[in-house]
Amino acid sequence: MKIAVTSQGGSLDSQVDPRFGRAAYFVIVDTSTMEFEAIENQNIAASGGAGIGSAKTVIDAGVQAVLTGNCGPNAHKTLTAAGIRLFTCLSGTIAEAIETYKSGKAVEASGPNVKSHSGMDA
Amino acid sequence: MSKGFTVAVASGKGGTGKTTIAVNLAHIAAGLGRKVQYLDCDVEEPNGHIFLKPQITGRRAVTVDVPQVDTDKCTGCGECGRICQYSAIVHITGNNVLTFEHLCHSCGGCIRICPVDAIKPRLLAIGEIELGTAGNVGFVHGRLRIGNVRTPSLIKKVKSHIRKGCLAIVDVPPGTSCPVVEAVKGADFVLLVTEPTPFGLNDLKLAVALVRQMGLPFAVAINRYGLGNDEVEKYCKSENIEIILKLPDDRRIAEAYSTGQMVVDALCEYKEQFLGLAHAMAGR
Amino acid sequence: MKEIVVISGKGGTGKTSMVGAFAALAADAVLADCDVDAADLHLIVNPEVKETHDFVGGKRARIIADKCAGCGKCREVCNFDAVSLDGPANGVVEKTYTIDPIACEGCGVCVRFCPVDAIEFKDTVNGQWFISDTRFGPMVHAKLGIAEENSGKLVSLIRKEAKRIANERNSNFLIVDGSPGIGCPVIASISGADLVLAVTEPTMSAHHDLDRVVELTAHFAVPTAICINKFDINPEMAAEIEKTAGQKGLRVLGKIPYDVAVTKAQILAKSIIEYSSNGLKRQIESLWQSTMDMLNTKEST
Repeated sequence: MKIAVTSQGGSLDSQVDPRFGRAAYFVIVDTSTMEFEAIENQNIAASGGAGIGSAKTVIDAGVQAVLTGNCGPNAHKTLTAAGIRLFTCLSGTIAEAIETYKSGKAVEASGPNVKSHSGMDA
Repeated sequence: MSKGFTVAVASGKGGTGKTTIAVNLAHIAAGLGRKVQYLDCDVEEPNGHIFLKPQITGRRAVTVDVPQVDTDKCTGCGECGRICQYSAIVHITGNNVLTFEHLCHSCGGCIRICPVDAIKPRLLAIGEIELGTAGNVGFVHGRLRIGNVRTPSLIKKVKSHIRKGCLAIVDVPPGTSCPVVEAVKGADFVLLVTEPTPFGLNDLKLAVALVRQMGLPFAVAINRYGLGNDEVEKYCKSENIEIILKLPDDRRIAEAYSTGQMVVDALCEYKEQFLGLAHAMAGR
Repeated sequence: MKEIVVISGKGGTGKTSMVGAFAALAADAVLADCDVDAADLHLIVNPEVKETHDFVGGKRARIIADKCAGCGKCREVCNFDAVSLDGPANGVVEKTYTIDPIACEGCGVCVRFCPVDAIEFKDTVNGQWFISDTRFGPMVHAKLGIAEENSGKLVSLIRKEAKRIANERNSNFLIVDGSPGIGCPVIASISGADLVLAVTEPTMSAHHDLDRVVELTAHFAVPTAICINKFDINPEMAAEIEKTAGQKGLRVLGKIPYDVAVTKAQILAKSIIEYSSNGLKRQIESLWQSTMDMLNTKEST
């Protein structure tokens, strides 16, 4: 299964980026092989469209789920429309986040957990 | 006297006295027998009504067009998502198309580009306009819905109520960006209100750059004259900018203002200055 | 690190003067001037610019006269009245179409529909932003170009950079000078703030505007408190504002009297704290203390 994790860096040892729309990278992981690729997020500077642009990025990468810290309403709406499952409140390294997900401990989001534009915080 | 003339009262800095000058000018000019309109284009924070106390005779909701997708017709070509510069319409997959109305600029691109005519305009309420009369002054203002961002669109709507043959006084929001451009556009004359302080001068220079870029005739009104220093006057002289009004820094003006009173009613000694300003407007 | 954003609703109530004073009082702060289309904070804090960056806010369309076929499709599809037939002749037509750069919203529709690909669509530099040093700490500020769109994008960028710096330095505070109104630039400056301080004055206009701006902060669920500046101009009105604030559950953290020292300090490019030595200074110190107390007792959201 393919999962996208928001990341501050480009490897499995990088820290989870708590933001979705303005995450530094999306690390796309194949959970069976743990093969991965890191996509640099092109939406960081955007104002209203960051969450949407980032959602499209992971949709185009063909993932079935997203692991992140927080996710705003535009991104949530877009991911949900694409049938992608969203798990929030994750932290630690990318590898650790995947473990949390695999062990069934990841919290699935029922809605956005931050307001619009909250990712403007560093 | 029957020729229409639009004066935009603007400033760079907020709180310099635009509304004070605009409402008092409207009041005095109407008293001279001119057909006068006051249009409050500070749609985010309109205050002119506090002083003119209009009787409201009409209220209408103002809307803009945002896209609505007919998913039955949609073929999933994705053209709508590609043309949109604002991520306001997003093609996910198939006929799964999302819209984000608060990001939409109403450019109409998606509506035009859809090859199967599956996108139609839908109305989004952005605020309201109220029309009325304040004695002999025709009154119009716009009030933006809290949380909505379509300030320039609402300002354009307010200005569409300018009537022919009137002295139309447009109360402009503070700043120098697109809401101000929208409010000042098409004016016959711009009155830039400032205060004689460093902040006032700094922002006046920005406002002067704006009206010059727009090619509009203008003059300066110095409010709270005597408060700070004479740098504003020196600047105007060095730039050959006419100073058309000087209102002194009189605490009684602030006090009258604070209770919603017209300066010219509360303090008759200032009637003269506003009469002078009204006549100056007639002569342009 | 706590972020406090100073806004007002109505312009001219004293936001920037208050931010200048807080900058002088705060130990270890980063400053951000988010009033990008009429920035004044630099006149008090005297920044030394260390980094200058271009700001690209969007795109603009421009018709290449030599390629224009004069068909008018661009004008037909422009929803912003930005296109006119007043360009020079080329070899094919006597008049070509032009786009007014001030009116152009960068929507790109004309670019897409031009049958001869005569329209160029490029990123525009709408302004510049700066990272500077001041005697009170680092400052992030900007200059938006005249007549440009103030969509909040530049405001967001300034806040983001200021936060980055504050976190790197482990600063105690990020103090943000906001803009008047309730539109995009204000929304971009308040979301996620630890505290919004709404500076008002005792006038009917300011009261009316304050009601709207606190409705905005409530809409975005940002903790808000109030300061009544120049309160002695109309003490009854000040009391009314306090009453309304109380009804809305908003604290009034300070009531500052009108004092010409504020202008005198500004003329000398000093903060009120550096200039004044009397009651005015004490009251602003007390306001700052109340603000810090409120920030420190708030649960982080």
